[in-house]
Amino acid sequence: MEEIISQIFQVGFFAAIIRIATPFVFATIGELFAERSGVLNLGIEGIMMFGAMTGFSTAYFTSSLWLGILAAMLTGMLMAALMGFLTVSLGLSQHVSGIGITMLSTGFAFFFYRLIFGQPSTLPNIKAFTPVGIPVLKDIPWIGPVLFEQTTLTYLAFAVVPLAAFLLYKTPWGLNLRTVGENPHAADSAGVSVSAMRYQGLIISGALMGIAGAFLVMVQFNAFTFGVISGRGWICIALVVFGQWGPWKSAAGALLFAMIDALQLRLQASSIIDLPYQVFLMMPFVLTIVTMMLVSRNARAPSALLIPFRKEER
Amino acid sequence: MAFRLELREKTPIWFNIVLPLSAVMATLLLCSGLVALAGANVFHAYSELFLSAVSSRFNLVETFVKAAPLIFTGLAVAVAFRAKFWNIGAEGQLLAGAMAAAYIGGIESLPSFSLVPLMIIASALAGAGWAMLPAILRTRFKVDDVVTTLLLNFVMFYVMTALLDGPWKDPLSGYPDSPDIRMDAEFPILLHATRLHLGVLLSLLAAPMVWWFIRRTTLGFSISVVGENPSASAYAGISITRILIYTALISGSLAGLAGAGEVGGLHFQVMSGISPGYGYTGIVIAMLARLNPIGVVLAALFFAVVVTGAEAMSRATGVPVYLADVIQGTALVTMLIAQLFTTYRIRTLTTQG
Repeated sequence: MEEIISQIFQVGFFAAIIRIATPFVFATIGELFAERSGVLNLGIEGIMMFGAMTGFSTAYFTSSLWLGILAAMLTGMLMAALMGFLTVSLGLSQHVSGIGITMLSTGFAFFFYRLIFGQPSTLPNIKAFTPVGIPVLKDIPWIGPVLFEQTTLTYLAFAVVPLAAFLLYKTPWGLNLRTVGENPHAADSAGVSVSAMRYQGLIISGALMGIAGAFLVMVQFNAFTFGVISGRGWICIALVVFGQWGPWKSAAGALLFAMIDALQLRLQASSIIDLPYQVFLMMPFVLTIVTMMLVSRNARAPSALLIPFRKEER
Repeated sequence: MAFRLELREKTPIWFNIVLPLSAVMATLLLCSGLVALAGANVFHAYSELFLSAVSSRFNLVETFVKAAPLIFTGLAVAVAFRAKFWNIGAEGQLLAGAMAAAYIGGIESLPSFSLVPLMIIASALAGAGWAMLPAILRTRFKVDDVVTTLLLNFVMFYVMTALLDGPWKDPLSGYPDSPDIRMDAEFPILLHATRLHLGVLLSLLAAPMVWWFIRRTTLGFSISVVGENPSASAYAGISITRILIYTALISGSLAGLAGAGEVGGLHFQVMSGISPGYGYTGIVIAMLARLNPIGVVLAALFFAVVVTGAEAMSRATGVPVYLADVIQGTALVTMLIAQLFTTYRIRTLTTQG
């Protein structure tokens, strides 16, 4: 037992948690913006996939990782705007629209990847982002290598959390967004455009989901594969519920989840426990369901979530 | 001149045909842009996509064979969505059904005549059991069913691949496949020199049965009431929890049956690629059919043509085979938009009012 512990709990393990948490933080905070405005964005899985694909392709051809990130962001914003057209402008079912956006985005990602790269015998790859140590801080024992020798994207992800908290709770814009998600009629009477706020919430969500997808191909793996997202988006939906629709708690959920994921990777590699690797791959999904079971009963979603808003219907 | 949306009182019956057809037309029009982008002639590509499926007697039968699992998953989703039980988990339920069928079909001690009926029953039970989980989670723990059904698809897939890689691996095969089922467990072929098996017939029979169930039974009626107006159903003394559980059982067993046909009629074993997303295509099919079981058959045949035709099209024109995925997504979105015309009508307002 002691051997297991010493094998797992090393500096590298904690650094891995932070790295693994990064895409979950981006996408979860993204989903949070959409849901606080009253729209459940189930397009998340597909948007991450499409963002990963456009991000990868752009980085591949321009040799600029940051242009890739930009492309992924724009892709996410575009698909989220389409989600807004369906659910906000037309008031269609958020559940089915979201599944539609995911299927469409995934289809686009596969189609364009095959169109651009064909079926090469070796997987096209890019030079991934490398960690950037922050001077002085990185020399702090333990904490330095864990927190301050990460990629720039990871620093950005953890900067997004306080930024989201500030925007949501400390600005008039955030108050409007939250009111639209809780009581759209009140917001409307106060002269706030419900649809404008919901579009904004969605487009922010799309941008962050796009970056999350791009992170996976630009840091975690340095190539695009059709299994690159494999359910991570759906887990983020659960993380928002776990985090009670708050940015800090949701990010904490992402970290907790990343710890489980890092643990399963270590256990899988260490051969301490002799189980088929699929059992480890399954673990995050099972744990997510169990967590949802524990928290959902007391969870209080934004009141207007899933309900389309039409001015004339009261 | 101005337009406004007005609530419609009744949906004209011809909408059931016109709306899906317009959605499909719009989808093909939108996707033709991608075909052109891929450098192919749109008419050539589309004729390859659609005509190869009907070009010979064999291919025509094959289209029905391909449609069978899609009819089952389409029906599974249609029943579930009627109650607004968002079962996105037909994929996992299909896998559960396939594994149950393959397991029963391999048991040496069972009498030969009992194999096929037992496989069918077992697959339905397995699918229903796997669908129960999200239904209980929703009714007892208030967990969103979309998320759980989606997550459970991944769980079932990994359960299956773990078994196929380990204890259930066929020792004679180099691939992660289960051992072949017994010869007597193979579904009878209904048409000589084709692959038209019992499962295809079952899928075609299931559609009118589900139609009858929805239209003519109290439980079927309650399912629609719970979906359309939960507060009224509670007022009428219908237990929403009970109806949702029944819905999940029926939906799950239909999805499970899709797996039985694939194992008993086509592959005679389980392998990791046994379903190329039939469960997800079922969602598009059910929506295109406006949740009507008879419409599900037509929509399933359409997607059977698209999914198989995409490969012929890709070989002939070089357009990526994934056009089929884009078509599915686009069809779902365009159909959703077309649905608006069932609840609203567009009124032209003149300035005089």
